[in-house]
Amino acid sequence: MRPNSNRAVHFFLNHEKKTSLFRLWSNQLLTTLCVLFSLFTLVPLFSLLYLLIKKGLPLLHFSVFTKLPPPPGLQGGGFGNAIVGTITMVGIATLLSAPLGILGAIYISEYAPHSSLTATVRFISKLLTGIPSIICGAFAFALVVLHRGEFSALAGGVALSILMLPTILLTSEQALIGVPSSYRDASYGLGATPFQTIWRIVLPEALPAIMMGMMLAVARAAGETAPVLFTALFSQQWASSIMEPTASLSVLIYNFSALPYHYQVQMAWTASLVLVAMVTGINILAQLLFRRKFQ
Amino acid sequence: MNQQIKNSTEQVPLSSEVMSPSSDMETFIKVINFNFFYGKKQTLFNINFAIPTKHVTSFIGPSGSGKSTLLRNFNRMNELLPGVRHEGDIAIDGKSIFDASIEIIALRRRIGMVFQKSNPFPRSIYENVVFPLRIMGRNKRSLLNETVERSLRSVALWDEVKDRLHENALGLSGGQMQRLCIARAISSQPEILLMDEPCSALDPIATAKIEELIVELKKEFTIVIVTHSMQQASRVSDLTAFFNFGKLIEFDHTHRIFTAPIEKQTEDYITGRFG
Repeated sequence: MRPNSNRAVHFFLNHEKKTSLFRLWSNQLLTTLCVLFSLFTLVPLFSLLYLLIKKGLPLLHFSVFTKLPPPPGLQGGGFGNAIVGTITMVGIATLLSAPLGILGAIYISEYAPHSSLTATVRFISKLLTGIPSIICGAFAFALVVLHRGEFSALAGGVALSILMLPTILLTSEQALIGVPSSYRDASYGLGATPFQTIWRIVLPEALPAIMMGMMLAVARAAGETAPVLFTALFSQQWASSIMEPTASLSVLIYNFSALPYHYQVQMAWTASLVLVAMVTGINILAQLLFRRKFQ
Repeated sequence: MNQQIKNSTEQVPLSSEVMSPSSDMETFIKVINFNFFYGKKQTLFNINFAIPTKHVTSFIGPSGSGKSTLLRNFNRMNELLPGVRHEGDIAIDGKSIFDASIEIIALRRRIGMVFQKSNPFPRSIYENVVFPLRIMGRNKRSLLNETVERSLRSVALWDEVKDRLHENALGLSGGQMQRLCIARAISSQPEILLMDEPCSALDPIATAKIEELIVELKKEFTIVIVTHSMQQASRVSDLTAFFNFGKLIEFDHTHRIFTAPIEKQTEDYITGRFG
């Protein structure tokens, strides 16, 4: 008897280890379902883009970027002031929230990762991410608008900054945590101070991810309506300072879409298209500029 | 405390006396009644011994025996961890490193450290080597250039990288990266070099290069190396300390540890009859 030849036959005829047909089929079925459902997630996105382009494109013209909104019932014009207003308010919000968020993240992840203050800050930030944006608007309204007695781009920026702060803080913290601790070990081991370690080693390494988080927060804030509606209101004019009522794309869409004039509704679609293009543009730019380099 | 044991083959009591294998070696690092706690867990128990200057001392012992913990106390790196505490003392060159007058940053600048996994910064080879100088505010180009060449030559890396000093250090091979880390650790001319399993992630050829290097570097530095490789300890070190369960079991000349250990535990470990 030659054991080897016997074993060769047995190896493939070993029915006990054969997968049952049921398992093979259910495996196939589940794989197919997974593929189908992942394709389904693309449907809402693409149908939305299709609708936006179809409805928004007819009025898209260079003049929408330079002209003022038409009064109700009239035609022509654009929404240049709303684009500038949105950019202004998001800019103010970024100036307020980015330093606070990034420095806060540096403190909680580098200086005091185990303190109770850190745990509190992290917990509150997570709570803040869940706060409805309209509440941020109401808060900024009470804080800035009531205090100063008028709606303003500044108040809109404050409202948006409250919205952006937790996102920036938490993504920056994640970015800093993502820096390998071996870099810190090396730096401290060579006699660097905590400041030198953070400034020269940790921060440059975390910067791409921090910027990415910031851009995402910017993109989200640009599309918010409720906080700016409460705080900056709207304006038919070009804003001459940040202390007066200011137009924004989101509020323009909100206002115009509710008007009984076909032209204004069409212009709201065009503004939506421009807004989505701006937000998508920021996201793509973030991906291109700040994708991690060494991986 | 300062009693030196002349003949190390004598049975020596391990606690409360500073062990030093030979009187002809000048003590540089002295560990005195040292206990270490991580939270509530004690990880080092009453360690006493003296490490001589300009020799290689290796720490061997099973995982979790406390050898790395002790090493990381020499430059107070353990203090970066939360909830750590120590009792007793460590003196370098006769002065306690825990003394209030000691600046922790200055201490670390006098002690180079090389880690288990090579950890060059993701920037140029040149900037890696001069990092210790830059953080001391020394930015003079001629000094930096000189330091880069000297440090890379002493780790035998100069000829391999001299044409690409400004390329990213992460493009080097594993062995080259570890030698770069050694070059970085010695570029500010410290007096002590601590190595925490520096070859455990390297292939035998790269390991052999680092070992040659260690033997070469002991002319200038006091070297303490933690290793899991008994062969490595016997090849590179003059003295060997065997740790187990947070205690220093035996400390002696390397050849004696490997040929005639006094303690049964040491013998069991080096012959592989352990655990």
